[in-house]
Amino acid sequence: MLADQDRIFTNLKGLEPWTLDGARARGVWDGIAAILQKGSAAIIEEVKASGLRGRGGAGFATGMKWSFMPKPSDRPHYVIVNADESEPGTCKDRDILRFDPHRLLEGALIAAVAMHAHTVYIYIRGEFVSEAKHVQAAIDEAYAAGLLGKNAAASGWDCDVYLHRGAGAYVCGEETALIESLEGKKGQPRNKPPFPANAGLYACPTTVNNVETLASVGEIMRRGGAWYARIGRANNTGTKLFCISGHVNAPCNVEESMGISLRELIDKQAGGVRGGWDNLLAIIPGGSSVPLLPKDLCEKAIMDYDGLREVGSALGSAGVIVMDKSTDIIAAIARLSHFYMHESCGQCTPCREGTGWVWRMMERMVRGQASLEEIDTLWDATKEIEGRTICALGDAAAWPVQGLIRHFRPVMEERIRAARRKAGCA
Amino acid sequence: MRMIKLTINGQEVEVAEGTSVLQACEQLGIEIPRFCYHDRLSVAGSCRMCLVDIEKAPKPVASCTMPCANGMVVHTDTEAVKQERQGVMEMLLLNHPLDCPVCDQGGECDLQDQAFAYGRDRCRCTETRRKVADKDLGPLIKTVMTRCIHCTRCVRFMEEIAGSPELGGIYRGEKMEIGPCCEGPLHSELSGNLVDICPVGALTNKPYAFRARPWELTKTESIDVMDAVGCNIRIDSRGNEVMRIVPRLHEDINEEWINDKARFACDGLRLQRLDVPYIRKDGQLKSASWAEAFDVIAKKLRPLAPHQIAALAGDMTDCETLFAMKQLMGKLDCPHYDCRQDGVDYDVSKRATYVMNSTIAGIEEADAILLVGTNPRHEGTLVNARILKRWRKGGCPVGLIGAPVELGYPYRPVGESALAMRDLIEGKHPFADFLRKAQKPMLLLGAGALARPDGPAVHALARELAEAFGMVREGWNGFNVLQKAASRVGGLDLGFLPSGQYGMNTNSILAAAQGGRLEVLFLLGADEIDMDRLGKSFVVYMGHHGDKGAGRADVILPSAAYSEKDATYVNTEGRPQRTYRAVFPPGQARADWEIIVGLSHALGDGLAYDTLAALREAMGKVHPHLLRIDEVPTNAWKPFGATGKLSIQPFTPVIDNFYMTDPISRCSPTMARCTAEILPLLPEGRRRA
Repeated sequence: MLADQDRIFTNLKGLEPWTLDGARARGVWDGIAAILQKGSAAIIEEVKASGLRGRGGAGFATGMKWSFMPKPSDRPHYVIVNADESEPGTCKDRDILRFDPHRLLEGALIAAVAMHAHTVYIYIRGEFVSEAKHVQAAIDEAYAAGLLGKNAAASGWDCDVYLHRGAGAYVCGEETALIESLEGKKGQPRNKPPFPANAGLYACPTTVNNVETLASVGEIMRRGGAWYARIGRANNTGTKLFCISGHVNAPCNVEESMGISLRELIDKQAGGVRGGWDNLLAIIPGGSSVPLLPKDLCEKAIMDYDGLREVGSALGSAGVIVMDKSTDIIAAIARLSHFYMHESCGQCTPCREGTGWVWRMMERMVRGQASLEEIDTLWDATKEIEGRTICALGDAAAWPVQGLIRHFRPVMEERIRAARRKAGCA
Repeated sequence: MRMIKLTINGQEVEVAEGTSVLQACEQLGIEIPRFCYHDRLSVAGSCRMCLVDIEKAPKPVASCTMPCANGMVVHTDTEAVKQERQGVMEMLLLNHPLDCPVCDQGGECDLQDQAFAYGRDRCRCTETRRKVADKDLGPLIKTVMTRCIHCTRCVRFMEEIAGSPELGGIYRGEKMEIGPCCEGPLHSELSGNLVDICPVGALTNKPYAFRARPWELTKTESIDVMDAVGCNIRIDSRGNEVMRIVPRLHEDINEEWINDKARFACDGLRLQRLDVPYIRKDGQLKSASWAEAFDVIAKKLRPLAPHQIAALAGDMTDCETLFAMKQLMGKLDCPHYDCRQDGVDYDVSKRATYVMNSTIAGIEEADAILLVGTNPRHEGTLVNARILKRWRKGGCPVGLIGAPVELGYPYRPVGESALAMRDLIEGKHPFADFLRKAQKPMLLLGAGALARPDGPAVHALARELAEAFGMVREGWNGFNVLQKAASRVGGLDLGFLPSGQYGMNTNSILAAAQGGRLEVLFLLGADEIDMDRLGKSFVVYMGHHGDKGAGRADVILPSAAYSEKDATYVNTEGRPQRTYRAVFPPGQARADWEIIVGLSHALGDGLAYDTLAALREAMGKVHPHLLRIDEVPTNAWKPFGATGKLSIQPFTPVIDNFYMTDPISRCSPTMARCTAEILPLLPEGRRRA
């Protein structure tokens, strides 16, 4: 378990004030001038040394991502904070935004200096109304305290931060769709290449980082990358916010070290599965986009990027959705299919057409109104979406269904047989 | 240019940097199926039909969006790629209605063809298909939105080529719909091209709906004569009826687009046709035989002196006809003829003074453009499209002298009258800086500046302006006149102009007719003149439609429309091109040159042309460039121009209804619908009202 002194998000429960005074009491903004004065290369080196990987879901090495930004030129550079947290089962960024916004601003400023950006945009989910108010208030406080704006935090670097509220589209959490939306267009992902580091916002070099990623950077710079790298396992370092929801006794948001076992996480932090571990049916370990894990795999799952990949799932955004044996697992996944159909932007063919087809098949699977062979068709349909779309929403729509078929095919088949028996046809 | 080497299906290929994998495949002749990709539009990468496998890439790659890189190894012929294409095709067909038997796109549908080539043989989806409400896009475009596959070609076309971003995608996911932001007719004059770029039957030709199947049509390659651009077209006919007109590729003129008048006015070819000769008896036009009609004319002409006869040519008269008519006028010893029915009278002694010297394709090289007294959107829609294309690339400011117009791109207003030209020359307007700094500055002079009393002086001032800013230099001539009549450059080339010292121009001819000094006036399809000014003169009208000229005529000689004859036209660049006969003229109507030759025989002194070839040979002896089809001669730059008083009146657009500018479009029910439904939405329509 994570030692208390290693915690970054010390106001995760919101017990202390979120304002500048409260943040300063927690050490946020401490020595910021000195950190910024280290300069771009040193900051990026430190972040690389920490082994920090993007906390939004894809898990790309943050230091490496920052180093992809081109050298300063006549084009402006932009840092964008992706605060469009919409993944079902995930609410980690929300608690940072409302209870510790200064930690995010601090990280954003460090990132801006590291990537030669004078402008930071925070793109916040439209539904986060009070969160947006907190972030805006924090920005205002920071400006008033000289931490942002001209000569931000006495570093000699000008950095402006703007808050932009989204209009409620899940796909705008995809970085290029977010950029399109920020530019005032319809939120649809762009084709890559070019990647945002070369041509992002207004076709200028841009880096988009998740809230949790940036909020971790301040502590990394203060305590050193080596400190951060000691937590967790190799290549999966640091602390992580886990959002545990569903059939547990104490649903919670909690900061833990990477590499904690799934069972330990559930038992120690969330009060265990409702009705005991043996009442567990399955867990979706990383937000709605990743394949579920049946109970036997839950027992050996390690909660980090590589650990979950080994059991055929992914860490994603670390939204742990626990389902006990009272769950209709087919209906649960069908609900997710509906979500992805509803949130597909409609730009590219497989996702636009396929997500609806998958959901309709899933709805019939819930009622057993299908043939046994149709489970294979369903599998094929998800395979025709996966990997063939512009962005990862197609994958996210395919994986939960694939996880269901992989681990619960007998349940689906039994549902179909039962429906046939009930209808009187053997 | 840096070259890049990659391997596609085992073949090495070298391509220029920036080439996409799809384009590299095309260079090798490997077909890549696609829907959203279009050569002339920005890349969307959304249909996913062009997926290929690239070694070391974790996922299949959309080849239209992926730039080639050194050492790339691409596969397009593997089982995996086949599966990928089948998968995308299955998805595309999930919600497609498959109503091919009643779809006008059937037989020329990309979706049909590619489903045949790359799809599976059965459908596994048993769900209900999506229904989408049709959109009202006006009288030209029929929509069946349920068929739409969301490739967004139409959206990109409207923004990038037409300069009129009227379409977009609304809603999202499978509920996404392509449509206008507000219902109602599209405003663009290029909207008909949506029919061609739509890869399915979602956007089809409304007037042509359910009238023919593509395999029944006889296809004749020809050119459009509704304006002076000379767009290349294909006339699709069935039996003796023109069913539709579609564009034909010509990179230097229209690329692959045509305007809505060129495409949709063809239903005017069926109506109000003059199919027998007519003679006016007791105030009534009575049908007659050719012999009777010629006889009446001959009797009328015989006692007259040459100066009592005149001829005016209209906007659609071909070179062969003008050549023959000029010879006939010569035989009559008559010097009064003019091919400029709009009454312009600027110096046309040199060829460079009345053509688009930079050529249309040359617009893409220009780096500053000054429009003078023109609305190119209406006077030469595809010229305007080319300016838009140039403007979108950046680094090419456009200025306009004249009344404000909507062009589809922002321009800098420089002033409204000829005085602004003077200001520019004197460097008093900031736009002068752009022209001075430009390497290839360009001027486009329209009828709004020339078809008025001070036109000759404006024309001379334009030469002064062109020379002041170095628009004419080694390898570049940026002095351009945008003609609006298909016959005009040909007429000027042939010298169908007042001959000798006493020859009268259009205005003088009309004045003479009004004053009773003119006895016989030949109108070769000249309908745009004020018929009330013809006085008591005996009018012989040769034309194909019962328009104003026919209404005033004393004898009507029915001739062939452009779709019914082999004829030469010279476009505004000075490029000779030919129409070809797609259908026969109706009834007893004949090709125009045959009528003139026939008339010359009736007058006793016959022109010795038995065949079109003989006529062309004679024409080629005098004007060899007219036989060099599709070649644009370069024109020497010599001093020209006339002095005169300049008016301070603003240059105003000459076309107030783009949809009805000639006898064919005025007879077209489709153009009438456009006039009723679209025109009131446009600025010029609001002005009319």
